[in-house]
Amino acid sequence: MSIDDRDFRPVIAAFCCNWCSYAGADLAGSSRMKYPAEVKIIRVPCSCRVNPMFILRTFEKGADGVILCGCHPGDCHYSTGNYYTRRRMASLISLMEFVGLERGRVRVEWVSAAEGAKFAETMNEFVEHIRALGKNTRLEDLRCKN
Amino acid sequence: MSELTERIMEISGADPRKCMKCGKCTAACPVAGEMDIKPHQFASCLAKGQSDLLLSSNTLHKCLSCFACVERCPRDVRPGRLIDAVRQCVVRARGQAFLTPEEIPELLDDELPQQLLVSAFRRYRR
Amino acid sequence: MQKIGVFVCHCGTNIAATVDVLRVVEAAAKEPGVVHAQDYPYMCSEAGQALIASAIRDKGLTGIVVCSCSPRMHEATFRKCAERAGLNPYMVEIANIREHCSWIHKDMEEATQKAIILARAAIAKVHLNTPLAAGHSQVTKRALVIGGGIAGIQTALDIAEAGYPVDIVEKNPSIGGRMAQLDKTFPTLDCSACILTPKMVEAAAHPNIRIFTYSEVERVTGFVGDFTVDIRKHARSVDMDKCTGCGLCQEKCPSRKTPDEFNRALGTRSAIYTPFAQAIPNVPVIDREHCIKFKTGKCGLCQTVCAAGAIDYTQSDEIVSEKYGAIVVATGFDTIKLDRFGEYAYDQSKDVITSLELERIMNAAGPTGGHLERLSDGRMPREMVFIQCVGSRCSDGRGKSYCSKICCMYTAKHAMLIRDKYPDVNVTVFYIDVRTPGKNFDEFYRRAVEQYGVNYIKGQVGKVAPLPDGRLRVSGSDLIDGKAVEITADMVVLATAIEPDPSARRLASMLTASIDTNDFLTEAHPKLRPVESPTAGVYLSGVSQGPKDIPETVSQAGACAAKVIGLLAKDRLTTNPCTAHSDQLLCNGCSACANVCPYGAISYEQREVNDHGVRGERRIAVVNNALCQGCGACTVTCPSGAMDLQGFSNRQLIAEVDAICR
Repeated sequence: MSIDDRDFRPVIAAFCCNWCSYAGADLAGSSRMKYPAEVKIIRVPCSCRVNPMFILRTFEKGADGVILCGCHPGDCHYSTGNYYTRRRMASLISLMEFVGLERGRVRVEWVSAAEGAKFAETMNEFVEHIRALGKNTRLEDLRCKN
Repeated sequence: MSELTERIMEISGADPRKCMKCGKCTAACPVAGEMDIKPHQFASCLAKGQSDLLLSSNTLHKCLSCFACVERCPRDVRPGRLIDAVRQCVVRARGQAFLTPEEIPELLDDELPQQLLVSAFRRYRR
Repeated sequence: MQKIGVFVCHCGTNIAATVDVLRVVEAAAKEPGVVHAQDYPYMCSEAGQALIASAIRDKGLTGIVVCSCSPRMHEATFRKCAERAGLNPYMVEIANIREHCSWIHKDMEEATQKAIILARAAIAKVHLNTPLAAGHSQVTKRALVIGGGIAGIQTALDIAEAGYPVDIVEKNPSIGGRMAQLDKTFPTLDCSACILTPKMVEAAAHPNIRIFTYSEVERVTGFVGDFTVDIRKHARSVDMDKCTGCGLCQEKCPSRKTPDEFNRALGTRSAIYTPFAQAIPNVPVIDREHCIKFKTGKCGLCQTVCAAGAIDYTQSDEIVSEKYGAIVVATGFDTIKLDRFGEYAYDQSKDVITSLELERIMNAAGPTGGHLERLSDGRMPREMVFIQCVGSRCSDGRGKSYCSKICCMYTAKHAMLIRDKYPDVNVTVFYIDVRTPGKNFDEFYRRAVEQYGVNYIKGQVGKVAPLPDGRLRVSGSDLIDGKAVEITADMVVLATAIEPDPSARRLASMLTASIDTNDFLTEAHPKLRPVESPTAGVYLSGVSQGPKDIPETVSQAGACAAKVIGLLAKDRLTTNPCTAHSDQLLCNGCSACANVCPYGAISYEQREVNDHGVRGERRIAVVNNALCQGCGACTVTCPSGAMDLQGFSNRQLIAEVDAICR
């Protein structure tokens, strides 16, 4: 591992649904659980609001990992939103693999409002995984570099 | 309840059933480390009617009768008095229920531990 | 260009201890469009809000960003503040630098950097915010209470007393719930039936209360103020209007071998039955699974003996559809199954029972007529052992990780009652901790120990083994004396963990209400909104929300009723303006969006559209703002990108993404 790799601080975006995962992240915070500062959370009303295009955009802009968190299947605040998410993300993830993006740069997790510990754990694990994968060089838009 | 347990409770005027097993008596005891049955266990053995065990315990000899346990007990169980009462039961069983004042000067000698005197004063002052 | 104000809160030291607030202010001030940036120790305080309001007025701000706690906490506060200062409330964005930043990081540099990025994302978003106006919706002034136990009854009574109609739906043939099964209640030892029955009668007689027993909620649609609920009334096979409740049918019924659910299957009942003598309504039901008439076609004895002619074998399930403004979940609990706790020999010996079974044995109307006896041979026990925390505080996957809360107290109650009634029975309780927070609770437990001589041993039981003579060898530990303890007992009572009623999960899905990993319904805020679900219009009462005893359940039921009354008292509600809308120039009327909409909020219209000078009629999607809840499913489905969500638009979210990756 080169020195650069060790100092590597990935950029990670986490899309969280307002009703379960965002609340789960709040609970992780109020319970003072720790997870890396690389994770930045974007609030969406429901995981199904996240257009696969947003995720592509995130990578294009230089993110190294994207995680999408929603309510557990069956518990969606809007009753069926996360089922759509599940299908869309399944196709997105296989598409990403098809175009040659490393496995695991995009992840979908179900985190309920009561699962602060799970949220923190998931983020720790995800960041670790992205650190191991290294910088996202395959999907980044080179035009964004000076 | 056995006759012995009843007698111990009568002599001590304490009720081991009040004990809520917090362990503060043992924590306050300066010689708990030396005892085979700790003050809190003393109370619990009595509450369970296992008073026979206590008669042969070394606690009777180790207890300084400093009554720190009695001071600190939040439930007024008075473990020190319980120990005292068991001690008396042992002594009485040997036929020595009391001392006459005349005997005391003879017992006082240079060999006698000061501790015993202090302990006796503390006990009977109450 | 927007004129944006950024307000960074210290939250005392909650934020300021790990985030360099001044650097966040500096960084925010440099962002394009930011004309005002400042910090304050407590932004949510009156002084903090006054600061925001005056900045809005003085500097003519068109949008504000508050860097503070979670928007789930104070978004509404700051929106109201903006509105008072004349700014559209939807021009406010919150950067969550407390729960998502200062509280999870220790390193000041790291946390400050992150806070700056979060602030930038919020600034980027607010640039694209548009003023939104909330709509209004009607409130149906009727409440539904699901579950007819003490929680449901009390909630319904309180709502009804305020003048609003309430329906109770109970799946069993009678209301009363678990409390009806209890013998005595702690800490006053009131007879449970004596205090419950008057409430049941009051509910049944109340002009504002309708009770649907033997019924279940089948389907829920709609939203706060306007739910439509389908209730399945199971076929009772007895005409409620004709039945006089004489009980003759139950006496004559030849099918008598069905395990009696009310007595926890310790006894049997007839196929036509009312669960207990004080049942409300006092109208039996025919259990079709066990009825000879329904099984073989022969019998019909109950119809023959019924003088009122109330028996009707042809009845079928009926669906009642009703509109409600608010829904209360009061589905209660059951004890967990003990099949994974082989060490307690529950399945091996009839004399190992659960505490709820002991309640029935102690009850005069129970299977033994209230006489304490061993179920195996009817003999009176001499040595009884109670084991606490059976399946509670158990994180190995067999039981529940939480404390069931009521067991310490009911065990003290059982022990006390037994010692009182049968002084020559020795009672030993094995416990891990005795937890008695509550008014007069600890005093109650101490009475069991000091006055009634119940032997409490700190330590758990490792094994209960049935002996050849029918007694039970209980091997436990005494942690105080540091010894192993062995007791030969006649009866062992297990303080079994409680879990939410199995119906709670299905119901939560129907109501789109959050539920936790233990199947307890989640409250909107664990401290400040304990009786509301995060789903508007859904309220929580009783154990469905978490373990609690009767006094607590009744208090919560009252609180829940107050919240429901508060909602029903309103004539109309403001709706969420963050709804979807379609761009008529992009929409091609393909119907993809309507197919994914869970609320049926999207319809299609033929509209004349002026597309860059070309006029023509097109089929385009139209969103009903009163129905749309703003999930955004349609926005992603739309193949032409015509659908967008106000408040969370494509451009806003992309702006956030860009700011984070910058």
